[in-house]
Amino acid sequence: MAFINLKNKVIQVKIVYYGPGRGGKTTNLEYIHRRFHDRIHAEMVTVKTHGDRTLFFDFMPFDLGLIHGYQIKVQLYTVPGQPKYNATRKLVLRGVDGIVFVADSMAVCRESNVQSLRNLQENLAAYRKNLATLPWVLQYNKIDLAEQGIPVLSVDQLEQDLNRGFGRPAFPASALKGINVAATLKKIISLAVTSIREELM
Amino acid sequence: MSYTLDQRQLDRIEDILKADLVDNGVRCVFLIDMAGNIITHMDNGEKQHDIYSLAALAAGNFGAVSAMAKIIGENEFSLLFHKGKKENIHFNKISSEFLLITIFGNEISLGFLRMKVADSVEQLKGILEPLVPGTDG
Repeated sequence: MAFINLKNKVIQVKIVYYGPGRGGKTTNLEYIHRRFHDRIHAEMVTVKTHGDRTLFFDFMPFDLGLIHGYQIKVQLYTVPGQPKYNATRKLVLRGVDGIVFVADSMAVCRESNVQSLRNLQENLAAYRKNLATLPWVLQYNKIDLAEQGIPVLSVDQLEQDLNRGFGRPAFPASALKGINVAATLKKIISLAVTSIREELM
Repeated sequence: MSYTLDQRQLDRIEDILKADLVDNGVRCVFLIDMAGNIITHMDNGEKQHDIYSLAALAAGNFGAVSAMAKIIGENEFSLLFHKGKKENIHFNKISSEFLLITIFGNEISLGFLRMKVADSVEQLKGILEPLVPGTDG
């Protein structure tokens, strides 16, 4: 639910990083915070458990600059990935304008990726939204683990499991090393802003 | 779904918040939506807060408390207020999509604040309710 302020010419856009637990959602935001510190004027807000897992969400505001005379303020959120935190995941999705689904490429995570995507669809339905119409992209994280001999799913397999029927933009990535983190963010912001513009026209 | 407020509407909202709350000694007031977007904020110039983080946490906090209310069979908790040593924070729902948050010191009583907030909320409803049809969930 983007808010357009015509007085100050500001558009606020909400992007949520979704996906299974320990998949790299928080690591995406941490990388963005380091890489774009000139555009981020606040500390990243995290609500964590003692075990350093996301309990409620991570939050970071991101100034994109001017587009068609409007200042774009992007609010980046992550959700807690663990299955037991569904109530809070659902709350964070409220008013979402775009989603990055961060899948874990490790072969052992195949089922949890599929379950998390199904859970996303169920939670969106509560807000009368769905993946057919909402702007979203996929990120296949941890591809670099293959170099260490850890079995990872192929992009074809991940596409088959998660993107079949959707055909959304997908980015093989390493959030830890920063590979394709910025490209993922750029793509979802572009899709969300285009969607808002179309909605208003 | 997106929504827009124009200069006239935002000026009217700011006039209401200034007259009812800031001029009556509230340190900071901000109007947000349940997604955590800031519609407007005003303060008395004494302190600068990280308002974007505050808005995100406030929307999440209000959502969490509403979800707790539903679990124990309440529709919602009508009073949401956190008391600190010097600063206090008060949340008031305007409609299913909007929330008014005030930060105030100990020189204002909670009763007086609630009365002034209630006055503001009644006026704000007229501007905000037509904007976004409510979504439950």
